[in-house]
Amino acid sequence: MKRVLLIIPVLLFLVVGVFFYSGLKRDPSAIPSELVDKPLPEFSLPAIEGFDEGFSSEELKGEVVLLNVFASWCVSCHIEHPFLMQLAKDDAIKIYGLNWKEKPGDGKAWLDRLGNPYTKVGDDQAGRVAIDLGVTGAPETFVIDKEGRVRYRVAMPITEAYWNDKLAPMIEELRRQ
Amino acid sequence: MRFLVPVMLLLFLGAASAAEPDELLDDPVLEERAEKIDEQLRCVVCQSQSIAESNAPLAKDLRLLVRERLVAGDTDKEVIAYVVERYGDYVLLKPPVQGNTLFLWGFPALALLAGAAGAFFFLRRPKPAPPAPLSDEEEAEVNRLLDERG
Repeated sequence: MKRVLLIIPVLLFLVVGVFFYSGLKRDPSAIPSELVDKPLPEFSLPAIEGFDEGFSSEELKGEVVLLNVFASWCVSCHIEHPFLMQLAKDDAIKIYGLNWKEKPGDGKAWLDRLGNPYTKVGDDQAGRVAIDLGVTGAPETFVIDKEGRVRYRVAMPITEAYWNDKLAPMIEELRRQ
Repeated sequence: MRFLVPVMLLLFLGAASAAEPDELLDDPVLEERAEKIDEQLRCVVCQSQSIAESNAPLAKDLRLLVRERLVAGDTDKEVIAYVVERYGDYVLLKPPVQGNTLFLWGFPALALLAGAAGAFFFLRRPKPAPPAPLSDEEEAEVNRLLDERG
């Protein structure tokens, strides 16, 4: 009986070890989106300074589109931007840009300098629509299906590899539905 | 006396608030409620801070939102529910007691019970019997050894 009890610490160690080991692969700062599989919250964004029109949530229905949160002050957006340009050039998907907490004029200056990959750009200076979307940082991208439901959220810059491995197949599937 | 400076600085740690003067509500009762709510909401940018402590722009937006909802007549619970609806339970610094957090809340009690059970069985164990008195031979041996040492 005594000898059997001696194995308890080893078992405890194994259980805790497996638990911690699996934890190593998880990102503790990742916040799951509440919006996934829910309809996009209703919003209507005005045009950014220097542009003629913004867009509303209603316009995102009808086909599979991306809604991309960006800002000129966001460093990672600089990294993401060239790939968004490529997507636009390939006509891969419509991308709507939510210009987040930007000083008037900065958004246009950024798009003039680096190119504009967006179908339409809306201004969210107060950041209120971003809060409705549960945005935690920029860049952040939502995949919206034909019915205007959010199907996926990417909380990091989209790279070519991520697009090929994850987003392109998902979007292909959503387009077939 | 110089060593007192860091000590005094430490004293201010608890009082840290990132709210800027222009954010505060004129109504002191509402403002107090707003501050209580701020302390319960996690800043999703710097995640170990509440939005009361964080000076991230998103935390400021959330503080403004909390005040706007309060002025619109929401109860404290409604304001918190509004934010949770958008950011999930993760935004609450104190996790709610519900299905997926039962283990989190129950584990300390379980660990205490397990420890108490362990202690109970350990203390209840019969004390080992006192050693048998020395036999004559052993007595003689002990005396011999003691004599040897002088």
